[in-house]
Parts: sequence; C-alpha cells; structure tokens
Amino acid sequence: MTSSQSPRRLVIRNLGVETTRHGVAVTLVDDVSLDVRAGETLALVGASGCGKSLTCAASLDAAPPGVRRTTGSIAIDGVEQAPADIRGRLVATILQNPRSAFNPVRTMRQHAMEGPAARGAPAASREQRVRAAMADAGLEDVDRILDLHPFEMSGGMLQRMMIALALASGAPFLFADEPTTDLDLIVQRDILNLLLRLTRRQGLGVLLVTHDMGVVAALADRVAVMDAGRIIETAPVMDIFNRPTHPVTRNLLDAHLSLYPGRSAA
Amino acid sequence: MSLLAARGASRIYRNGPAGRGGATALDQVSLDIAPGECVALLGRSGCGKSTLARLLAGLERPDAGEVRFAGRSLSTFGRADWRAFRCAVQLVFQDPVSAVNPRETVGQIIAEPLRHLRGLTGVAATGQIQALLRAVDLPADAMGRLPQQLSGGQLQRVCIARALAAQPQLLILDEAVSNLDLHLQIQMLDLFARLKHDRDVSYLFITHDLRLAERFCDRVLVMCDGRLVEETRVGGAFALTSPEGRALQDAILPAMPFRRARAG
Repeated sequence: MTSSQSPRRLVIRNLGVETTRHGVAVTLVDDVSLDVRAGETLALVGASGCGKSLTCAASLDAAPPGVRRTTGSIAIDGVEQAPADIRGRLVATILQNPRSAFNPVRTMRQHAMEGPAARGAPAASREQRVRAAMADAGLEDVDRILDLHPFEMSGGMLQRMMIALALASGAPFLFADEPTTDLDLIVQRDILNLLLRLTRRQGLGVLLVTHDMGVVAALADRVAVMDAGRIIETAPVMDIFNRPTHPVTRNLLDAHLSLYPGRSAA
Repeated sequence: MSLLAARGASRIYRNGPAGRGGATALDQVSLDIAPGECVALLGRSGCGKSTLARLLAGLERPDAGEVRFAGRSLSTFGRADWRAFRCAVQLVFQDPVSAVNPRETVGQIIAEPLRHLRGLTGVAATGQIQALLRAVDLPADAMGRLPQQLSGGQLQRVCIARALAAQPQLLILDEAVSNLDLHLQIQMLDLFARLKHDRDVSYLFITHDLRLAERFCDRVLVMCDGRLVEETRVGGAFALTSPEGRALQDAILPAMPFRRARAG
C-alpha cells in the first residue's frame, strides 16, 4: 500500500441525499464535499442524526432503502469512479457495532475467505493475506481465532477482526463509522492506536465518523464539522480545537472540554 | 442506613461460553449505597458490572451472599415487598432496542410503570407521560411513535423516562448514557443531578468512562474480574490507585490534540 502507484486522494464532491416523508422530498445530506488523503485521518463530526453516517454510506451507493443519492460523485486521484466498483476494493468500511456486522452462524475463517473469493483472489494467497492482516490488526493466536464464532469473541476482538478484514481487502481507504463507540475505554485506546499506526505506517487514508471530540483529538489530522446535512467548517485539527469559527463547532468543543476540569474552549 | 447493599454477593454462570463451564461473574462483592448518594461502578467489558446491576435490581439471585434493601434481604420479600421494591429501584439498560416492546408506542411504554406501579391511568397518566418526555427533552408528539421510528439516542431517553415514571429512590444506570451524544449525556446527567437534589434520588452509575463518573459521582468503585478492587472518593486531585483503576484512568482520551509526526 505504500508503493508510489497506490492512490493518494479520495474526493467526494457535491453529495446530496434525500428521502420522502409523507410524499414530500426531505434533504438529508446537502452538497457535501470531502477530501481524504493517504496517510491521514479526516474526522467527520457532528450531532447524531446530522447525516455523518449517511454521507459515508451514500458516497459508496450503500445508503439504506428509502434513501436516494440525488447528486454527487466520488473520484480517486482525479478520476471519477462508479461507487459500486470501488466499494470493498478501494474503500473498505468498518461500523460501530461489530457484533451486528458478522453472521452469527459463521466462523471468522468463513468471513475472512468470503471477501477475497468474491474479488477473485487466488485461493492459495487468500488465507495468507488474512493472517497477515490479522497480525497487523493486533490479533494474536490467529489459528484459534479463525475457528471462533462471533458470540465466542469480545467486542474488542470483533472490531479488530473487522479492521483485519478491511486491511485484507487491500483497500487504500477506510471509512470508519464510530469504530470505538461501543467499546470500553481501554479497548478504545488500543483500537485508536491501531488506526493511527495503520495511517502512519501503511499510508491508509481514513474517513472517521465520530461524535466524540476525544477520539478526534487522539486520531484526526483534519476535521469536517457537519450540522443538519451540511459541512459547516473544515480545518486542521489544531485549528478546530484552538480557533473554532462556527458556533456549532464551539458547542461541540465546549461540551467536550466540560468533561476535563480546568480547561475551557478557546 | 444504606438504601441498597450487597453482602458477599457471588454469581456463577454454570453454562459459560464454549470451553468455559462455570464462569464466576461476581466474587463476594459487598457495597452500600446511601440515600441521595451517587456511586460510580467502573470497569472494562466483561468484568461483572452488569451482573452486579442485575443482582442489585433483583432480576437475578446471588449464588452466595445477599442483596439488602432498606436493611432487609431480597430473599425474604413477599409480593407487596417486591412491588414497593420495583417502585423504589429502577434499572436502565445499555441497549434500548432490546429493552422495549417494538409493537408498543412510546406512550404505551411509559404508561406501563405508571399503571402498574403508581396506579395512574387516563388523563393523569397522559399528563405524566408528557412531563416525563419534556424532562428527557423529547417532543410531546413522540408519544404516538413506535421504537423503530426513533433514533437510538431518542429511544434511550424513552427508557430513562420509563424508569423515572416509577419515581424511584435509586436508579441503576447500566451504561445508560454511553450511546448518547455528549451534549445529551451531559443534559441527562444534569437531569439526574436535579432529581438527586430535589428528591434525594440515589444512583449507581455503571460506566467505563471515568470522565462522566468524575463529573457526576461522589464515590468511584473499580471492578476487575468479578471483584471490587478499589473505592475512591471523588474530589480534589482525583486519582485512582489500583492497577486496574490506573489502567482505566490512563486510557482517558486526550482533551486536546497534540502535534504528531506527519506521515511520509
């Protein structure tokens, strides 16, 4: 992934998403543009229901039923791509609740082999690639884990496995939607360190959806703030924390800093 | 006298996860919660926090030891005692979706404790439901909605409203605000603090987020592998001292970003 041929930049442009309520079209995501670079984490933050997750899903044409993408394109290194073509190939996705993302009656091995098989990877290299990815994701005792079902694993292990599957896909970009929200504090820190290492060492480009400014402080290089379906501010993480310009950003920051006695927003 | 107490309470699950028969989830836990006190129970996933919550709420019985409410063991309770206990001690679970009947409207969900525990129906109940919805910052028209029409955070607030409907003396919050946005978490904590002040409500606040515990609680208990390993009062230069407590405190996310070496 670190070779000079690997993609450097993913750009979502003018994304619009709407649904229909009582026969009336309602805009959920309004003209959103984002720019994710290799080796960097762009955090997409905002209150629940502001359209963060929908932005990730709709840009890959994976929005839930009843919701449609009306405008927008996705380009990699300046070349526009069909969302369905890059989903799972150039962009991997990990979600908030790892327990609901796995098939309960299948082992980790069955999960791990499904993606490479669908991409037509030669059988011989499939397991080797998965094993390497599991090691990168901090999973030890690979043989034992490959035989486990989801219910035999902790939430932290499942999230590592989801990251391993994303890495095994070889996709240079990762959309991580609240990847640590359901995990305990210690596991959260380990997963965030893992994501930081993957961006720094392997040049992964991460779009991180979160509502926790602590997660942003730990991981993000740049931050896009969303409110009611629109991007209202995009800036380097230091500027967002030290010189927020929009009131919504300031409110997010005030709430966050109120948990740290002795600090107040700039 | 303590309101709710555990004395040497143990719980062993005989059908543990595959390959682990007989897992000790709780190992001789003793604790006291006084009226109007707010106690935080801290620990990583799987340490036994939720099992302790279920024991304290009378949903499971301890295999050894006992749980006492107002000085009496739950094992001696008759029908009327249980009814009074259910009024006095309410529990809010982590996952709101599995804690409500998907076919009932929000109004019906909150009406249940009003009817069964407080004998309120009709107009009196409706007035209470609207007041409870206001208290958790949900619009009055949420009454007619089904759980699937609400977001996770909205549904969790319905569960909190349902627990408050019983006018409890003690509220056990099992990661009950973890899934909410931060400003809603703080808003809920402010609501709980107001009830504590006005009605002397006690709380057992189960969390893995020490930041919230420090903001809201008088005392922090740290749990590890089914045992209580530390008890520390909140205030001043608050610092946990047990190895598990240190590990939890060290994992608190940074308040501010720090300059990191750039890639490449």
